[in-house]
Amino acid sequence: MTDVGYLVAGYGITFAVLASYAAWIVSKKRALARELPPEERDSRWP
Amino acid sequence: MRSGIGTRILGTAAVASLALLAVMALVITPQDVNQLDAVRFLYIHVPLATLMYVAFGVTAIASALYLWPRYRARKWDLLAGSSAEIGVVVTGLVLVTGSIWGRTTWGVYWTWDARLTTTAVLFVLFLGYLALRRVGGDVDARAKRNAIAALAATIDLPIVHKSVEWWRTLHQKSSILDEETFLHPHIHGSMYWTVMLGIGAFLLLFSWLLVNRYRLAKLEDRVEDEGLERAIAERRAEADAMTGAP
Amino acid sequence: MLRDAAVMAGKDLRIELRSRVATNQVAPFAVLVLILFAFALDPDRGVLARAAAGLFWVAVLFCALLAIQRAFAVEASDGARDNLRLSGLDPAAIFLGKAGAIAGELALLEVILGAGVVILYDRSLHGPVLLVVTCVLATIGLAASGTVYGALAAGLRVRETLLPLLLLPVVAPVLLAATRASEAALGGTTGDGWPWVRLLGVFAVIYVAFGVVAFAPLLEESS
Repeated sequence: MTDVGYLVAGYGITFAVLASYAAWIVSKKRALARELPPEERDSRWP
Repeated sequence: MRSGIGTRILGTAAVASLALLAVMALVITPQDVNQLDAVRFLYIHVPLATLMYVAFGVTAIASALYLWPRYRARKWDLLAGSSAEIGVVVTGLVLVTGSIWGRTTWGVYWTWDARLTTTAVLFVLFLGYLALRRVGGDVDARAKRNAIAALAATIDLPIVHKSVEWWRTLHQKSSILDEETFLHPHIHGSMYWTVMLGIGAFLLLFSWLLVNRYRLAKLEDRVEDEGLERAIAERRAEADAMTGAP
Repeated sequence: MLRDAAVMAGKDLRIELRSRVATNQVAPFAVLVLILFAFALDPDRGVLARAAAGLFWVAVLFCALLAIQRAFAVEASDGARDNLRLSGLDPAAIFLGKAGAIAGELALLEVILGAGVVILYDRSLHGPVLLVVTCVLATIGLAASGTVYGALAAGLRVRETLLPLLLLPVVAPVLLAATRASEAALGGTTGDGWPWVRLLGVFAVIYVAFGVVAFAPLLEESS
């Protein structure tokens, strides 16, 4: 395989950024939901 | 807060298809004649670029709907903002994967290629939009401002693209960029299907991100309201205590 | 509507004349920018003369930012914005008036900057028709898009930093097209310049139309 370093960097950065962005959304969502009274927590789509 | 069953299925499907994509892209597909293994950037770069246009497209449509009095609703503003944020993250990744790919095929990280340059301008345009979103103020005024800014940025895109394209073609005929081998590697068979799989997988991921980012936006909105109400209630209690005192 | 726009533009220009900010601060700033470019780029090796068209338009962009911020700082003070909204003027007319006033100021600055480039950078002017058309269309485009974003950022606490971030990427094609067209004019190859002029025209038309439509919801916002 050629360009292994670049491929690892490219795929690594892409998946790491997307995964941490998703994790940030989920954790922030949980933290905020805890601040609200139970009856207001529902935030359906759309 | 618990996610619904639909969202979970969506999330699982996204992760599964991304895993399949990684295997297809890095192991199963063959080398390219010219680019050798560097061609494997194709399978994430092209889907990411597609996602970028989808995300900003959603922002533009939602913003237009907000400005249309008949459909005006808070949800369109939140949706536009959520999609734009995902779009900016994705655009950043498009630039990163694009320049790493460029390093392997052209030998440099950056060239003033029409697409790269347009993408960079797009990135800055929507960074500005996100910055504007963060400015406080009356909810309705803010949403209108956001919607107008998003549309003003969107109508600029074709002009930016056209101008950058001319700029490059008129002034540098012989660039180090060999467009043919870069943009059109000989795609066939499993390579073609892997690109399609990549677009599908990233679209699933986008849907999951959008649903969850939108819910987060809605919660942020509620918490803000709640905080405001609480502050008002406290003020009122204070005032009552003052007047109640002798 | 056009008469309202003229009233609006006249008012803004009168304020500028009276306050003398444009003549006492913005114009000297423009000249200062030209001098700074000479420090940054070596004037002896001809770099300056070759880059003159680009430097001219970069300087115009900086001055445009100042002019736009000025135009809306005037409205934000003393509830002038509310007066504007209650004045009964058509929002489209307000937009055209403001953009017209900014375009007027920019045109004046471009004359000063142009003279500066000729004198300081030792460039002689060729292709006057192309040059003038380029300046007119680029100025309209800059003024129109600038007025839209100026109104968006007006009254915000962070407007000084937000406006450049929002506006500069949007006007990137104007910088590009105006520079290429001016270069073609100065280099005597006017034929190369006209496609860029068309692009400037499209930009100007699009943002004037956008501003006319978008100003109504923008002005009613703080209600």
